[in-house]
Amino acid sequence: MALLQISEPGMSAAPHQHRLAVGIDLGTTNSLVATVLSGLSHVLADEHGYTLLPSVVHYGETDKVQVGTEAQKKQNSDPHNTIVSVKRFMGRGLKDIESSQLPYQFVEQAGMLQIATRAGIKSPVEISAEILKVLKTRAEQALGGELVGAVITVPAYFDDAQRQATKDAARLAGLNVLRLLNEPTAAAVAYGLDNNSEGLYVIYDLGGGTFDISILKLSKGVFEVLATNGDSALGGDDFDHRIYCWILETAKLSPRNAHDTRLLMSKSREAKEWLTSHTETQVSCLLSDGDFVNLHLTYDQFTEITANLVEKTLSPVRKAMRDAGLSIEDIDGVVMVGGATRMPQVQQVVADYFKKTPLTNLDPDKVVALGAAIQANILAGNKNAEELLLLDVIPLSLGLETIGGLAEKVIHRNSTLPVARAQEFTTYKDGQTAMSIHVVQGERELVVDCRSLARFELRGIPPMVAGAARIRITFTVDADGLLSVSAREISSNVEAHIAVKPSYGLSEEEITNMLKASFNSAEADKSARMLTEARVSAGAIIGAVKAALEADKALITRDQVATIEAEINRLSTLSAANDANAIHSGVEALNHATEAFAAARMNASISNALAGKALDQIKL
Amino acid sequence: MTQNYFELFALAPTFNLDLVTLETNYRTIQSTSHPDRFVGATATEKLSSMQLATMANEAYQTLKNPAKRAKYLLELQNINSISETNTAMPADFLMQQMEWRENMEEAKSNKDIASLEQLHHQIQVEAKILQASLIDCLDIKKDYSSGTDVTRKLIFLDKVCDDINKIIEQLDS
Repeated sequence: MALLQISEPGMSAAPHQHRLAVGIDLGTTNSLVATVLSGLSHVLADEHGYTLLPSVVHYGETDKVQVGTEAQKKQNSDPHNTIVSVKRFMGRGLKDIESSQLPYQFVEQAGMLQIATRAGIKSPVEISAEILKVLKTRAEQALGGELVGAVITVPAYFDDAQRQATKDAARLAGLNVLRLLNEPTAAAVAYGLDNNSEGLYVIYDLGGGTFDISILKLSKGVFEVLATNGDSALGGDDFDHRIYCWILETAKLSPRNAHDTRLLMSKSREAKEWLTSHTETQVSCLLSDGDFVNLHLTYDQFTEITANLVEKTLSPVRKAMRDAGLSIEDIDGVVMVGGATRMPQVQQVVADYFKKTPLTNLDPDKVVALGAAIQANILAGNKNAEELLLLDVIPLSLGLETIGGLAEKVIHRNSTLPVARAQEFTTYKDGQTAMSIHVVQGERELVVDCRSLARFELRGIPPMVAGAARIRITFTVDADGLLSVSAREISSNVEAHIAVKPSYGLSEEEITNMLKASFNSAEADKSARMLTEARVSAGAIIGAVKAALEADKALITRDQVATIEAEINRLSTLSAANDANAIHSGVEALNHATEAFAAARMNASISNALAGKALDQIKL
Repeated sequence: MTQNYFELFALAPTFNLDLVTLETNYRTIQSTSHPDRFVGATATEKLSSMQLATMANEAYQTLKNPAKRAKYLLELQNINSISETNTAMPADFLMQQMEWRENMEEAKSNKDIASLEQLHHQIQVEAKILQASLIDCLDIKKDYSSGTDVTRKLIFLDKVCDDINKIIEQLDS
């Protein structure tokens, strides 16, 4: 039988070909893209040789969108339309952020805030997508082909809403998200592989706007996260802000307009960077009303005004250490990640706490992207890194609202992913036929102190006396750390299921619409694209199933083999025709036909893996 | 998949478990079954990978923790160690509990993290003694009735330790 293979450039299902995949560090201050070439991870540079793309987006006249250094130049002259540090707004409402000091015109929207710009009202997801598009183009130009997918990094302490928003931004930028990866875990991969490390490592990651701490056990290529903690609103930006406040206070300035605020913030950042390697600096600038600011700031003063920010990072550190059940002597090394860890006072406090000199031999700006690229390379199916496995955890507990506004935890923080857990609840009124389910995330006892992720209703519960119904609610968190929830009344089998895409996330349809709007593609293009995509996925599954049959035909009966082969033939025929929907249904059918086979293969591979280990006790 | 957690890791169902082998086999199973290994696979294969990896995580967390392991061993004997009919506790144990809880509250109001950590350590020592007696009850004598009593005590101690950790966390934030 001739196997029809239609591949887009870079999307070939042929196993021998290197599939182009990248790791993207979507940072608060800077973003980077990296890829693995000939077994080594590299950060990709733009045409001028710059690797760091400032995470700044400028909406100019005549629909012109600029990203990076060019946009950064506009932040003083056009602050309303120049969005910096958009990551801080991902999955956040107005009440979550300190908006008073920021030069933007915020628009409150159910769920996530939006920003009014010259180009219209933009959500943080759309703004982030502009940054990602630039990195995607950079990678495709450098690698000379279309990308199979990308691993995007997120702070480990990002909650479900922030993760969902990041994934939406990537999809909006036209990227296939292979995985959301926690930044400290990515850093650990780059560091661990580079240094051949084994043992217990702490990753201290202070970025532009977020702080993460992760404790990992590195052993024979398995990176197991034992605990993670952090503060998703603490980073280098806050150090700039301290200097900014110090300037206002010392120079006795009244609150400023957007232009001056932006200017003083830029001066503050420059001062911070200078003080990383110098003992003093001069802050001088001319304000819009003609006032001239000229101040002297020493490293010691800077350390003093930021001491409690550094101290603030230690509380999450202690929590993570307790959750992992470890004491300071157990730790083999502390790896510093994120540009803000360049500040000597940060390194000092970490060294004092762990009684160890922190490891700073990898570029703290690049290490996350480098690690993400390694994971992307594996997930894209480029072999030779098979031994590496990441076992990550969920950073914040997930729970449900119960009577009295209390949050009942269903999945505890630091559970290894993937994880599923069910809990049973009951009705509290006679004849109650519906139940409202409120999913929350966080560690606090009261629902109002946790983040609300979603609300949905289970209807059609058969009327019973109070307490008689048994409603089983199952939480499933996948390897990306994203949650889905289903609820079922056990006696009647009434079921409700939602992927938790709260007011924060975008629905599949919204994404499609936004994509349509941005590509402005003609209907014909769209259906051609759909057909190509359907054929690619059909080719991929046929290839996978054939390879599986080749290897493990013996695990199933001859009849089962025949059924699967018939479905393969049917799908091949469908693939040659021009009906995308028919191809999709053929893929479904082939998937269905291989269920028993897949289970048998899984069991066999586990048996093989454990072979030699007390074989007599295994019943697989 | 119908096998129990011990069978999954190719281990004999005993309380006195070889934790090194448990960890090694857990990692081996995850290396084989984790969804990351099935990114290019069919939807069906992805699903079984997700199910097995999820079960392996749950099984590992259960067997790694002594109180959960004991409770699970009893479940394999059809004994629910925390059922509501199983609540009677010896008076001296309850007295001890009250004393710990009082110390805990006192340290909490004094914001005394060091004392809380000390108390935590003291309870861990008690827990170790209970664990030793579980080897005797569950593995050697197969005395599940005594085993249930000891397991319940161990679960109580775990709960006190959890509460202490929560208080430390509150005081530390």
